[in-house]
Amino acid sequence: METIESLLRDVPLFEGLSPDQLETIAGCGTNVQFAEGELLFKDRDPAECFYVLRHGNVALETFVPTRGSVVIETIEAGEVVGWSWLFAPYRWHFDARALSLVRATSFDGVCLRGKCEDDPKLGYALMSRFAQVMIRRLQWTRLRLLDVYGDGHRS
Amino acid sequence: MIEPAALEDLLGALAAHGFRTVGPTVRDGAIIYDDIESAADLPIGWTDEQEAGRYRLERRDDEARFGYAVGPHSWKQFLLPARIRLWRARRRDDGFVVEQDEPEGTPLALIGVRACELHGIAIQDRVLLEGAHADHDYAARREDAFIVAVNCFQPAATCFCTSMETGPKAEGGYDLALTEILDGDHRLLVEVGTTRGGEVLAGVPNRPAEPADIEAAGAAVQGAVENMGRHVDTTDIRDMLARNLEHDRWNDVASRCLTCGNCTLVCPTCFCTTVEDHTDLAGNAERTREWDSCYSVDYSYIHGGSIRPSSRSRYRQWLTHKFGTWFDQFGSSGCIGCGRCIAWCPVGIDVTEELAAIRATDRPEGAADGDD
Amino acid sequence: MATAADVETTAGPMVPMPFRITKRKRELSDTWTLELEPVGDKRVVPAPGQFTMLYIFGVGEVPISVSGDVDGPLVHTVRAVGAVSRAICESEPGAVVGVRGPFGNTWPVEAALGSDVVIVAGGIGLAPLRPALYAVLRRRGEYGDVALLYGSRTPADLLYRTELGQLRGRFDLQVDVTVDAAESGWQGKVGVVPKLIAGAQFDPDSTVALVCGPEIMMHFAARGLIERGVPTDRIYISMERNMQCGLGHCGHCQLGPTLICRDGPVYRYDEMERLMAVHEL
Repeated sequence: METIESLLRDVPLFEGLSPDQLETIAGCGTNVQFAEGELLFKDRDPAECFYVLRHGNVALETFVPTRGSVVIETIEAGEVVGWSWLFAPYRWHFDARALSLVRATSFDGVCLRGKCEDDPKLGYALMSRFAQVMIRRLQWTRLRLLDVYGDGHRS
Repeated sequence: MIEPAALEDLLGALAAHGFRTVGPTVRDGAIIYDDIESAADLPIGWTDEQEAGRYRLERRDDEARFGYAVGPHSWKQFLLPARIRLWRARRRDDGFVVEQDEPEGTPLALIGVRACELHGIAIQDRVLLEGAHADHDYAARREDAFIVAVNCFQPAATCFCTSMETGPKAEGGYDLALTEILDGDHRLLVEVGTTRGGEVLAGVPNRPAEPADIEAAGAAVQGAVENMGRHVDTTDIRDMLARNLEHDRWNDVASRCLTCGNCTLVCPTCFCTTVEDHTDLAGNAERTREWDSCYSVDYSYIHGGSIRPSSRSRYRQWLTHKFGTWFDQFGSSGCIGCGRCIAWCPVGIDVTEELAAIRATDRPEGAADGDD
Repeated sequence: MATAADVETTAGPMVPMPFRITKRKRELSDTWTLELEPVGDKRVVPAPGQFTMLYIFGVGEVPISVSGDVDGPLVHTVRAVGAVSRAICESEPGAVVGVRGPFGNTWPVEAALGSDVVIVAGGIGLAPLRPALYAVLRRRGEYGDVALLYGSRTPADLLYRTELGQLRGRFDLQVDVTVDAAESGWQGKVGVVPKLIAGAQFDPDSTVALVCGPEIMMHFAARGLIERGVPTDRIYISMERNMQCGLGHCGHCQLGPTLICRDGPVYRYDEMERLMAVHEL
């Protein structure tokens, strides 16, 4: 049986963290499972955790009247779901739905926020890593904003 | 050596050898290239006075036949005509059949080709003949063309062939080369470049050249070297342009350039063409090809828009191609230093000045490419 | 058949050869795949990555990438975006069109032997890559891991859907697909194609990547590959400019020091990166 700490070592997001820091983060983690269709979290609810996906896919969705649930982005195994726990007002902005059976490790954001307050080094390390995730998603979102396939480049 | 009057015999000999003779003649206030039937059609006693955005014919005080620099025409008018039909197609039950057009059979004799223009023809040869595919029409026109070169003795103020190492003396690529000598007796030194050049000369009254003739011809050409109107520093020019694609000067010149494309039309090496497809009511189709210019917005059009919508990018394309990327694409410079683009620019943009301005504030590396 | 024979004896590379459309299949609302056979016996034998100039009688001519197996009939996938491409898409089987070419260079499928191959396609950019995929699959045993990563605008814009489904069933090929936007009901991934690169299995030290799509998508894909550790000189992209003659004679497809129709369309990313950064080059 793998410990959460050893799982964390394989997550690219946590690359470069010290064993102490990994131990601290692992201390806030629990393994969880979601059935296909189940929500990991719901828009506007308090954001008190984040997930590292070990298996399965998750869709970030929003509900649009007359269109139903619209998928904003999908997140695959190995990636992180959720950063709202780190930033005020600590509420989710989208729904996260399991597209298949999902196995993940959930981390207690409230607990981690407290530890970051006490240990600015850990706080900086986590903040810069989550900023990296956000930047990448932002760049990808910008690329989608360009709608590059929209007007028929390449024939 | 031949007398000026023997130019008539030269034209006659060329006609007798089956050539269509084209050469310089005065029309609409300029010396252009067109069919000449008699030596009297030559611009006898005329010269051209040129500056940026300026071209005027002036009377000479002698009877020189070739006493000018270059006019708005170049030999591409004949070798790569402004508009040709490539082929015609007729519908048939099983689709269509295409008939390729052949250029008319009469070979050309080009009379009065300057050294820079010989280089211009050689540059177009590299583009249109010496790649993986030869252009069918150009090859046919070029193949048998007889070239009578004329060494320069009176460059214009817009000339810079010495910078581009293309003149003023013809060093090869001709059948016959003339040097007009006005010092003392008016006479022309004839150099023979090919066997058929010699055969044509045999039909023209001539005498062997004396050392004094050769010395006078050399002095005439040397005079052209010394009176060269403009200069370009070509040191490292390809890389110098490649690293200055974001230079402020492009904005400056864009504020003056009308993107009219005159420079590309008068340039002896500009080779760009576009094709048009046409149909008639009888169900026939044809494709024509005509000169195009990189100054038009449509030139770089792909679905979705033009690659170079701004005049800044279009001027930059032309200048960097001519002096820089031409080396990458075809192994030589695309400029022959004839100065036509300077004289015929309606707003007097001077390539030598633009190149000097870029070099004056040459940036070792282009603008930093930032993110976000 | 006098037609093709007549043409063959005199045809220069500027003269279209008559080809008959033998099959036509609708791929998307505005995109069709055509199979063409020569009216005479003059066959066209393209290599993966090459294009031809397709001519519609009296209408005009456009460059279209070869999208089929180079060993079979001539296959083109055409998106109707202008007068000529629309006329091509509207041509019924039996109609005769003109073909010049093939022109351009090829995807480095030979040079990639022994390496992992990552094919990254965006939108209709999958069409010019399909012959390369076929070439790799034909000699599958001589390559390492092979991945096809494909992104399109929406699920309805995915090219060759049935075929993608079949390819997914292969154990020796990773097929991963994403779309920029989807309504509910789409079970696949939503996000840009560079994102698939992070999840694909290949050894960056021994990988050749072939990328085709809109220029900006290729740029992002190359960044994703570089982040994974693929050297820039092992990333190949296919460039698009205004190609008219196919011979390097007309000048329109210039991109700085290169003529796309003559030297390209396939380039190593390290050769193009600096040029792509210059606006309006």
